[in-house]
Amino acid sequence: MKLKTSGEKVFDVVNVGLLSFIIVICLLPLLNIAAKSFSSDAYVLAGEVFIWPKGFSVNAYEIVLGSRRFWDSFGNTVFITIVGTALNTFLTILAGYALSRKRLKGQRLFMFLFIFTMLFNGGIIPTYLVVKEVGLLNSLWALIIPGLVAPFNMIIMRLYFFNIPDSMEESAKIDGASHFRILFSIMIPLAMPSIATISLFYAVEYWNNYFEALIYITNHERFPLQVFLREMISNASSADINNMDLMMNTAQESVRGATVVAATVPILLVYPFLQKYFVKGAMLGAVKQ
Amino acid sequence: MDAPAVSGTGKRSGAKRRVKDLLLDYQLYLMLMPALAVLLVFKYIPIYGALIAFKDYNLVEGVFGSEWVGLKHFHDLFQSDKFYEVFVNTLLINLYKLVFQFPIPIILALLINEVRSTFFKRFSQSVTYLPHFLSWVIVSAVFANLLSPTGGIVNELLGYFGIDPIMFMSDERFFRTVLVVSSAFRESGWSSIIYLAAIMAIDTQLYEAARIDGAGKLRQIWHITLPGIRSVIVFIIMLRLGAALANDLEQVLMFYSPMVYRVGDVLGTYVYRVGLGQMKYSFSTAVNLFQSVIGFVLIIVANTISKRYGDRGLW
Repeated sequence: MKLKTSGEKVFDVVNVGLLSFIIVICLLPLLNIAAKSFSSDAYVLAGEVFIWPKGFSVNAYEIVLGSRRFWDSFGNTVFITIVGTALNTFLTILAGYALSRKRLKGQRLFMFLFIFTMLFNGGIIPTYLVVKEVGLLNSLWALIIPGLVAPFNMIIMRLYFFNIPDSMEESAKIDGASHFRILFSIMIPLAMPSIATISLFYAVEYWNNYFEALIYITNHERFPLQVFLREMISNASSADINNMDLMMNTAQESVRGATVVAATVPILLVYPFLQKYFVKGAMLGAVKQ
Repeated sequence: MDAPAVSGTGKRSGAKRRVKDLLLDYQLYLMLMPALAVLLVFKYIPIYGALIAFKDYNLVEGVFGSEWVGLKHFHDLFQSDKFYEVFVNTLLINLYKLVFQFPIPIILALLINEVRSTFFKRFSQSVTYLPHFLSWVIVSAVFANLLSPTGGIVNELLGYFGIDPIMFMSDERFFRTVLVVSSAFRESGWSSIIYLAAIMAIDTQLYEAARIDGAGKLRQIWHITLPGIRSVIVFIIMLRLGAALANDLEQVLMFYSPMVYRVGDVLGTYVYRVGLGQMKYSFSTAVNLFQSVIGFVLIIVANTISKRYGDRGLW
């Protein structure tokens, strides 16, 4: 139908060219570090590794994956990710649903209470003191419970329930269903796409959690993955003493690379799902309001 | 409850229904309970706890019992050069991010929108969104690798031009640039989504008409697409201005070192170090409170402006 003018052809070529350039900028740093993780140290230190490994070696992986602390922290992170995501999603659904009902008296006050915390907070130290006071210091629960209310996600969830036609609820009510019944057998199944989006948001947040762990956890055995990674990255030699001879023959860059790869692969595995739902979720938060 | 004998059956069942509804509605409050409890304990009690900024907090007496000292800590704060340093750093880093990083997602969205091949469009989206899902720990490691003076790509490249290796991450001249660039690397793709959504909402008939009038692609972008997403752009600028005192705490924590404190230390990292590192609970809370209050005022102002000049508020 449309005939391309020569100007449009030029435009297309330039457009694809620029975008390809951006794609390369995004991928290159990641491919480079992955390539170094599989290369032997001489090539790494000489700066000869680009995006393909040279002098193939898995020493760096033996150091990282052979470390007990890697698996400890991995386990901790899996725990907080699964339990935290489940609890966070559950609370978000409950609160989002309750706040979406016109019958809830004081709705505006409750909304205000939630939204206000997005704009103003007590600060690092006062929050730390509360966490300490309730005895959560050095517990993995300190990384879950204080963050169980995420007002932004709750508002998105509320909006979703709000937009479900009233007729669904009315007919169920006439049949004598309680709010819980309505929520669990009608609303949640209808809201599944939204719930999936939100739970993925939470899962990534938990997986990447660093700062809370840094301030609330001092016991090495309870470090989540990101804290361990940070130690490994900033000072690879502190990771594991029994691998010292392996360590001597492996460039720190390679160990750093292996650490990055080991922590990123799980995210890459769920990335297709993430992309499908996240984009939808980002749009939801952006467009409607 | 009202005398049932006199009232008609319709009215009675109405009253009965109201009681029943009320009983049903208690479940709504029950659902709200867990979230409210967490909110109270971990959000509102700390806001109350921020009062220690006006006290001399000591571990034995606690928040409640510690002695009031009024504005002492704020006085100390405004007397301290270090405070001005971190304050200015925070503002400057945000300003640089606003100026240099902010346009990238818009450009990216324009580029992606103009791609004809569906496969390439999807692919470019997948690739550019990916860094958003990597933690700052990971992104900082990627940058450390890229900028490494021993075999990092950037320094190897500079070497071809006869430039000696530069320690980018511990050099005051480059540190803020590293922050802006790494931020752009991590967030540009993800931030482009909101613009892309706005672009897709523009009426395609406008483009058809412009084509018939002989407007080329660039003129279409300039006269249709950009005006079409104007309100989103205003919205995002306002959001960023409202966050002028906010800082990407995790990012700075990952990248900085004592060598670059002078240019890279921000309010958040300062509060963290002085508060938890040196146990100066009250003083650091005063810094934090200063940051929160100004931040709160800024976001309210930004919201008002956005409502007036864009067509939407921040909330």
